[in-house]
Amino acid sequence: MSFDVASLRRQFPILSRPINGTALHYLDNGASAQTPQAVLDAVRVYETTARANVLRGVHALAEAATEAYETARADVACFLGVADDEVIFTGGCTAAINLVASSYGSLLKAGDEIVLSELEHHSNIVPWYQLAQRAGLTLRPLPVTDDGRIDVSALPRIVNERTRLISVAHVSNVTGAVVDVAAVVAAARAVGARVMLDGAQRAPHGPLDLPALGVDFYAFAGHKAYGPNGIGVLWGRKELLEAMPPFMGGGSMIGSVTFEAITWAPPPRRFEAGTPPIGPAIGLGAACRWMMGLDWTAVGGHEMGLTQRLMDGLAEVRSARLIGPSGLQGRLPVVSFVLDDIHPHDTAQILDSFGVAVRAGHHCAQPLMDRFDIMGTTRACIAPYNDASDIDALLAGVHETVRRFA
Amino acid sequence: MSDALYHDRIVALAKSRAGAGKLAAPTASARRDNPLCGDRVTMDVRLDDHGRMAELAHQVRGCALCQAAAVALTSRAQGRPTGDIAALRAEIEAVLNGTAAGEGDFAAFAPVRQYRARHDCVTLPFEALQAALDGR
Repeated sequence: MSFDVASLRRQFPILSRPINGTALHYLDNGASAQTPQAVLDAVRVYETTARANVLRGVHALAEAATEAYETARADVACFLGVADDEVIFTGGCTAAINLVASSYGSLLKAGDEIVLSELEHHSNIVPWYQLAQRAGLTLRPLPVTDDGRIDVSALPRIVNERTRLISVAHVSNVTGAVVDVAAVVAAARAVGARVMLDGAQRAPHGPLDLPALGVDFYAFAGHKAYGPNGIGVLWGRKELLEAMPPFMGGGSMIGSVTFEAITWAPPPRRFEAGTPPIGPAIGLGAACRWMMGLDWTAVGGHEMGLTQRLMDGLAEVRSARLIGPSGLQGRLPVVSFVLDDIHPHDTAQILDSFGVAVRAGHHCAQPLMDRFDIMGTTRACIAPYNDASDIDALLAGVHETVRRFA
Repeated sequence: MSDALYHDRIVALAKSRAGAGKLAAPTASARRDNPLCGDRVTMDVRLDDHGRMAELAHQVRGCALCQAAAVALTSRAQGRPTGDIAALRAEIEAVLNGTAAGEGDFAAFAPVRQYRARHDCVTLPFEALQAALDGR
């Protein structure tokens, strides 16, 4: 049965909003995806029928809020294939990575090494750089191949007995390449190191089985996965979380407090100091349920069909060059390209006049821009609700851009 | 809509690359980056004995608006005293804010007014030149 994209699109109210007098063609999903009605409803129900703080109150609203919040945690856990008490709600993916860099990082010592890659988003570079500066660690970047993949053949050269953690993007936010997780995990295990994946660009493309991946930490953002802003997730293996000190201090994360001694609550509470983003968490739980309700074999086929349509169209533009894999193998529908002698911002600005929303610039991945000696790319990220008209509008805008600056 | 922004004069200015390059012996030089978009502008200036900007050159790694602004600034600043830079900066900002039409090629930037995210693209060469003159 073919995928009914028209039906899916009707679940997203914003997609019917005209832009610049034309239909909206939203392809900036890698920056923020749109939100289905089911998520909007879940947040509205909480705000209008159960708004209260969680975990502390004994009144009916507090009970309802706590129930909704913990149900959301269970939904996220189900989406990731992990136990509820290993799921920590954070302020976002960046906050999740910072949590690990600060907390797990505090267990590391001078001389230890952390392996990253040249294609990381700044959110998976800067926290480690700060930690390295603070604690005397060394960062070792894995190189990137000419087709925009983390070069796992370099693992034996980069990973050594001093390596304590390998933290890489599950999917590149620029090239769309999926990292060879098995190779990374094998290299880490060989030296007793841990593996963290930045799943910001992977989570929007369907449920995960983290135990099968064999990693130790996983982070993703709610707003890129059809959920609200201001919410993210850190998953960590229970034994690791239990050994880690708190990231922030405050209410809810303690066992007991006196002026002489404080004990910590067990995870995940230990890492959720203060009042959490309750509504956004409930919205993210709804987003995970929504994603789990889709047929991802069909959705994946639809997304990759559009990816092929886009790449085929760009191949007909003489001045266009893909930054990333040229085929569909080992990639997700994140497509970056450059046009000779045309700045990505100019391209994106002209695309906007076609109702096409894309991202342009360095995508918070400046080391990768240096790797390819470019100042930026124009990036289209395809979501389940995109259709052929979105791709065709983008391609029409690209042709107009080339004509304008010819 | 994009035709209004990227009108013929803006595109012509950007493509002209007039004043692009480096000076052999600049009195001052400064580079400024826009960390949000990655645009980078380096301005070289050579002053004569009277404190006038006798020669200017720019290197731009940026969008068409940034390139066009560097060309327009270089042209307008040529031969003027260094103290005029503040006035030129105020003039381009007035064009971007819609409070002045601007003289010469500065007027070409009027359509940028409604694109607030792009204002910094236009002002980056001005910042770089001011920084060079200030020795920053």
